[in-house]
Amino acid sequence: MDEVARLLRRLGAGVIDRIWRLGYASRFMAMVLRDSTMAFRRFSLTMRELYFAGVLSLVIVGVSGLFVGMVLALQGFETLQNFGAAEAVGVLVATSLVKELGPVVAGLLFASRAGSAITAEIGLMKTTEQLSAMEMMAVNPIARVVAPRFWAGVISMPLLAAIFSVMGVFGGWIVAVKLLGVDNGTFWSQMQAQIDFRLGIVNGIIKSAVFGVAITAIAVFEGYDAPPTAEGVASATTRTVVASALAVLALDFVLTVFMFRGTGL
Amino acid sequence: MNRSTIDLWVGIFVALGLGAIVFLSMKVGNLVSFKGDEGYHLEAQFDNIGGLKVRAPVKSAGVVVGRVAQIKLDPKTYEAVAVLNIEPSYKFSKDTIGSILTSGLLGEQYVSLDPGGDTTYLKDGDRLAKTQSAVVLEKLLSQFLFNKAAEGGDKK
Repeated sequence: MDEVARLLRRLGAGVIDRIWRLGYASRFMAMVLRDSTMAFRRFSLTMRELYFAGVLSLVIVGVSGLFVGMVLALQGFETLQNFGAAEAVGVLVATSLVKELGPVVAGLLFASRAGSAITAEIGLMKTTEQLSAMEMMAVNPIARVVAPRFWAGVISMPLLAAIFSVMGVFGGWIVAVKLLGVDNGTFWSQMQAQIDFRLGIVNGIIKSAVFGVAITAIAVFEGYDAPPTAEGVASATTRTVVASALAVLALDFVLTVFMFRGTGL
Repeated sequence: MNRSTIDLWVGIFVALGLGAIVFLSMKVGNLVSFKGDEGYHLEAQFDNIGGLKVRAPVKSAGVVVGRVAQIKLDPKTYEAVAVLNIEPSYKFSKDTIGSILTSGLLGEQYVSLDPGGDTTYLKDGDRLAKTQSAVVLEKLLSQFLFNKAAEGGDKK
């Protein structure tokens, strides 16, 4: 009987703790949005974060995109060839990249490359009491530290996803046209005939922007909320990567249902 | 790393990102050639349009000369009316025949325009005089089966 009571108590405590954190996260996000004027008025702060989150992610995002596109073209070509439709490999590569893989894989890479760094940085600032020191000097740490990182992430993500897709299409082009001998003109014209601007490309950009908001919101919150110890920062960094990867995949499903259901694409 | 170098790198990053979006829009999504309402409209009446969709290509001798702008049902005759948006540089004679064909065995359906010998041209808003409807596979099959059955009946 005691066992059951203890189990129930622990379950209840866990649930209440989760809900408490959710409420705190919402309040924290409201504070970030309220205090984000400084991130735009002193744009050099955001500029520095754009450099760390965006520019330094360029190489990994570009190279991954290239390889993903190459693999897609290679696999797609083998299968499509059985149906005598090898020319459609361009459509296959571009559709899957622009609508799904671009935003999702770039989001996952961004979460592990930049999200974890943001959490670790803010968490360590908290651990070494830099955030408290700022408060002592009447500097709002949310406006000075959190908001620029948040906005830099939100700005970087759509750009990185677009770069990922372009590199993927380029990789697919190399494999399909240069190595496998698909006709160059058919490759592009089929792609252009099949991909709708609003349904394909605009929706892909919207997706990546939503992922950017989700990933950086999780990253800055986990960093700000990290227990001020070495293990605390470590587990917060892990939680950032796990939570934002799950958030990206779950949001992707929800957004896809809203965007593409009933459009016949 | 001083500030101006960071600015330069961020500038390169943003330019690359925006360039990628433009590339996707132009080269992959083909925003340019979809000019919307430029060109003139022709109407074509069909008994059955089959699986023809809006934005399907309009071809003449295999060359894309326009797109299907709108598909509606004529409430009086219960026939389908397809509004074709034709590029202004292409002119078609008055006795042009419009037909709905399929590209390949399983491909998409498109409208084919076969011009005749008339010297006057179709103007904006004109209706094609002669059309040929889409081939509906079910009807073709049932016709075939019906003929077979009739043949069987004759032999008895």
